[in-house]
Amino acid sequence: MVDTQTTTPASQGGAEPASGPAAAALLGAGIGTFVLGIFTTWAEASTGMHDWLQWNDRVGPLMGKTILGVIAFFASWAVLGFLWKDKNPELRPILIATAALIGAGFVLTFPTFFQAFA
Amino acid sequence: MKLTSREFWTLIHGLVIGSAFLLAFAGGLAGLWSLRSELVTSAGLAERMRRLKIGIVAMALAAWATVLTGTYIVYPWYREKVATSAKSILLANPDTADWHEFGMEWKEHIAWISPMLATVAAFLVVYYGTSLARNPKLRNIVLVVFVGAFATAAVAGLFGALITKAAAVK
Repeated sequence: MVDTQTTTPASQGGAEPASGPAAAALLGAGIGTFVLGIFTTWAEASTGMHDWLQWNDRVGPLMGKTILGVIAFFASWAVLGFLWKDKNPELRPILIATAALIGAGFVLTFPTFFQAFA
Repeated sequence: MKLTSREFWTLIHGLVIGSAFLLAFAGGLAGLWSLRSELVTSAGLAERMRRLKIGIVAMALAAWATVLTGTYIVYPWYREKVATSAKSILLANPDTADWHEFGMEWKEHIAWISPMLATVAAFLVVYYGTSLARNPKLRNIVLVVFVGAFATAAVAGLFGALITKAAAVK
């Protein structure tokens, strides 16, 4: 005898959840990565910024850069998540913006690029 | 046979947590790839999803643990302003200076992208759960973010191993 529960196709699901929370999380990661990149290049270009980001002498400016990047990630995710909680924003432009922000953050944290500003 | 405190923490940072991250990635990738409604029954999906959630959350936690131990425990030893620190040793020789100037400079920044991406992947799996099996577009997005988290960690891990080979934190 076949157990009907185990043979029910998984495709027979209920209502799909809103895309807003996914959009908020994805864009948050893009913003966090971009902010990390901005401070990485800025610290290289400006001695004042380099010194300001050095919140702990043992860790150096890496501490400020990464904490600000992580704060930007979680804060933007929280704000966007609140705004888009039950909304269904189109994911395509969100994905393009996220890819662009992560790509820019990647370039801004690449040594050959940011050391050109030293 | 004895490990110094610095060697112990380098081992925890790179090998122990790094291995947990790799293991969670391999399991998570297989789970996400086969998360298709046409391949599994609803009961199979529920069982698979429980495992996937545990694995992907573990990967995100391992990613955070790796960057936190690396930045706040191992890195200060690496960059100590003494002649015997790994950074000083690498920079003292023009043949090894690039291990710091390029390798470490890239590693210390790119590593922090990994936990952010891993956290997003974990959130999407936990929040959307079994609906990912019916939504190939969203599942593919999770896969890309998940692989991105691994790729950025892989760059950091590879340079970490090579830099340690050139000048270990002791």
